Amino acid sequence: MISIRNISKTYGETEALHDITLEINRNELFGLIGPDGAGKTSLMRILMTLLLPDSGSASLDGCDVVKEFRKIRKMVGYMPGRFSLYQDLTVEENLHFFATVFGTTVEENYELVKDIYSHIEPFGTRRAGKLSGGMKQKLALSCALIHKPKILVLDEPTTGVDAVSRKEFWEMLKNLQKKEITILVSTPYMDEANLCDRVALMQKGTLLDVDSPGRIIQKFGKRVLAARSENMFRLINDLRTFPKAASVYAFGQFAHFTSPDDDVEVNELENFLLKNGHQAVEVEEIEPGIEDVFMGLMQNSLQQSVAAGNTNNKPSKKQT
Amino acid sequence: MNQLISFIKKEFYHIFRDVRTMLILFGIPVTQLLIFGTVIKNEIYDIRIAIYDQAKDETTRRITNKLLSSGYFILEENLNGISDIEDIFRKGKIREVVVFENGFGEKLVKEGKAHLQLIADASDPNTARLAVGYTKGIINDFIRKENPEMKIPHEIKTEVRMFYNEDLKSAYLFVPGTMALILMLISAMMTSISITREKELGTMEVLLVSPLRPTQIIVGKVAPYLLLSIINALVIILIGRFVFGVPITGSFALLMAETVLFILMALCLGILISTVAKNQMVAMFISMIALMLPTILLSGFIFPVENMPKILQWLSHIMPARWFIEIIRGIMLKGVGLAFVWKQTLILIGMTVLFIAVSVRKFKIRLE
Amino acid sequence: MENRQPVIKAENMVKKFGAFVANDHLNFEVYQGEIFGFLGANGAGKTTAIRILCGLSTPTSGNITVGGFDIYRETELIKKNIGYMSQKFSLYEDLTVSENIRLYGGIYGIPWRRRKEKEKELLRKLELEEARNKLIAGLPLGWKQKLAFSVAILHDPAIVFLDEPTGGVDPITRRKFWDLIYEAADRGITVFVTTHYMDEAEYCSRVSIMDAGRIEALDTPENLKKQYNARNMDEVFVKISRK
Repeated sequence: MISIRNISKTYGETEALHDITLEINRNELFGLIGPDGAGKTSLMRILMTLLLPDSGSASLDGCDVVKEFRKIRKMVGYMPGRFSLYQDLTVEENLHFFATVFGTTVEENYELVKDIYSHIEPFGTRRAGKLSGGMKQKLALSCALIHKPKILVLDEPTTGVDAVSRKEFWEMLKNLQKKEITILVSTPYMDEANLCDRVALMQKGTLLDVDSPGRIIQKFGKRVLAARSENMFRLINDLRTFPKAASVYAFGQFAHFTSPDDDVEVNELENFLLKNGHQAVEVEEIEPGIEDVFMGLMQNSLQQSVAAGNTNNKPSKKQT
Repeated sequence: MNQLISFIKKEFYHIFRDVRTMLILFGIPVTQLLIFGTVIKNEIYDIRIAIYDQAKDETTRRITNKLLSSGYFILEENLNGISDIEDIFRKGKIREVVVFENGFGEKLVKEGKAHLQLIADASDPNTARLAVGYTKGIINDFIRKENPEMKIPHEIKTEVRMFYNEDLKSAYLFVPGTMALILMLISAMMTSISITREKELGTMEVLLVSPLRPTQIIVGKVAPYLLLSIINALVIILIGRFVFGVPITGSFALLMAETVLFILMALCLGILISTVAKNQMVAMFISMIALMLPTILLSGFIFPVENMPKILQWLSHIMPARWFIEIIRGIMLKGVGLAFVWKQTLILIGMTVLFIAVSVRKFKIRLE
Repeated sequence: MENRQPVIKAENMVKKFGAFVANDHLNFEVYQGEIFGFLGANGAGKTTAIRILCGLSTPTSGNITVGGFDIYRETELIKKNIGYMSQKFSLYEDLTVSENIRLYGGIYGIPWRRRKEKEKELLRKLELEEARNKLIAGLPLGWKQKLAFSVAILHDPAIVFLDEPTGGVDPITRRKFWDLIYEAADRGITVFVTTHYMDEAEYCSRVSIMDAGRIEALDTPENLKKQYNARNMDEVFVKISRK
């Protein structure tokens, strides 16, 4: 449905996208996962015909993003990073405006947005600017859907929205998928990767990996040990002094530990911590999560770029 | 078409719901006219005058008394010679000097006419004009009362001389100038701001991705402001006519047609600004600095173009407002028709076409 | 921990905007050296509360002290004793790294000699020595955040308020940022932090969860999970907000 081939894009000296190739299947819920500056927005804007790639090509449902931009603009629904609603128009006025702009009416496609719009319908005469974050998000989604697009592109729809609204939002996306809409969504929240059919992990304009969340974790293949004690700060600092430590990062109440050769056992680490005077020590081997994988891949790619002498983007060489 | 109508409707919502926009649209024209209204006030009081009475007879004394008891004038000094006049004006306190000729009363009775000279300091042309007008009125009133039956054609010949700005050129310029300024400000600034606001809020992104064409977006943005600017122009003309007494001697239809042309030109300029400006602040700055100031200073609104240094005169040629002011001055004050302002009109049309062409070319269908 | 001195004390803190009650009788204490997580859905009233505690807004009623100073009468003293960093970064993009550090040192009245020392120390700690003369605008997001935080605690405040400090950064940088927070807390600086990342809530000593202007829960992450019979803070949060 969406096909991206060797796309690169540079702004001045910063390379936003570096040779990206990606296929997104029909009726897929596909996630672009990565922090700010990974290139998610640039990629989406190229697909939305808002930016021209420096090189490479992309097509949506067979239409080229550069040559056939008018066709694409008719068939996509797009929700940019900031909810682009008219704050001074009411909920209803926003919805009707976007419907007419796309040459349709609210009545015609009401069925599609009903589940989402019904949440905010009681506030129909309220100005969009006076809605809560979660409600704005729902209204923006309704507006992006009102012309029944084949492809829905959402740029960080859950950023800055609280955990509950985020959960609801993903449920809505799942329902839309059933209505045969291909959905491309970007997010900086790693945990949301698990809600997608397939994801692309992005970092600094490159793809770290593209696959289903399950497969990505499977491929990772590193053993992760989760440790906890009564003092997190000391726990992390001490774990980092452990001779065979590759990475030590806080994950909620645990610290996740990996070693270079995966040869550290649970009791080895436990003893080390007890020896260092930690109390209530608990160590167990766990299944890595997407975030573990992302950090692992990130570190690999950083090491590679350091090895290749590629130190641009970084003000100091000492960054690890 | 449906898309366009709903777009225009949306623009009107934006305008009517934003206090700031409403203030700029309707508050500024009114306040500006009021400010200029006080400058061109029709009431005067306590104007300091000097009298050079060469006759010193009964009649001149009575005229002097009548002038001073009117409440409009205060006698600052009695002069003893012609040479004093220059000096007393230089000091700047005196606005007007009344000069009675030798044997004033006698001549009035015997010959039926006498001469009176009014000299005014026209560095403030407005006050000068008013002071002279009031003085004349009082003197005419005096004659009428002296000689109610008008049997003898008594006549006081008043000779008026304006110092420093002899023909009081700028007096009526305020209304045409204000009109040019306000229309420029509202049309150009408001369109450029309303377009850049959508860029800033990110809604432009969605509009671009929608099937809306650039022309639809531009027309949709321009139409509401065109309408509102026309209303504004009408209000200004009406206030000018009925509050400040600026006549419309020429064709009203032509005046409105030229005004619409000027508004269109300003709107296109606004779109042009919005294609360069990234955000509302930049748009506002460009409109203010690049449009307002030159319009005020270089269009002949306040300073007559003829008195400017050559380079500024040359610069004033590229000020649309200069041509517009010439046009409406011609129509309103001199009553001329298109035959006399066709050149200026063509220049405005040319500018409009140029701005449209550049804006449409520069209006981005993408984000870069 | 409860034996420690409370540095923030709020009793019946109320803030109304017209008929709307943004903060409805909030009661809480924050102790010295604590990392206090302040969570809640958008519009729950977090920002309002932080503004009051920073002395930027006056509450409608309630007894509140911050760093031992009264919120009504001693706002100037409060401002001297707190640091603040928001998601929008308090750094000037068109100034260099050192210029920003010196500026904040100046604003908080750190003597010139001491300021130089501090600057050196800070640059070394953040490994920014080579970037000292670069404009902030050119730095990666993660660096800016770390620098913004370090600058916010440059004057060794009693409390530092962090308003969603880690939005949008990569997971590694996010954790490095938390290393800084732990370090500050270890030095005795009280950290008051809001976040949308529920795993970060687990890093806090204690967490308060706001909903519709009220504090619905306040305890250690451990106890909250027990209380709500949840596996992680995410579930706790959802259970409270959906109640």
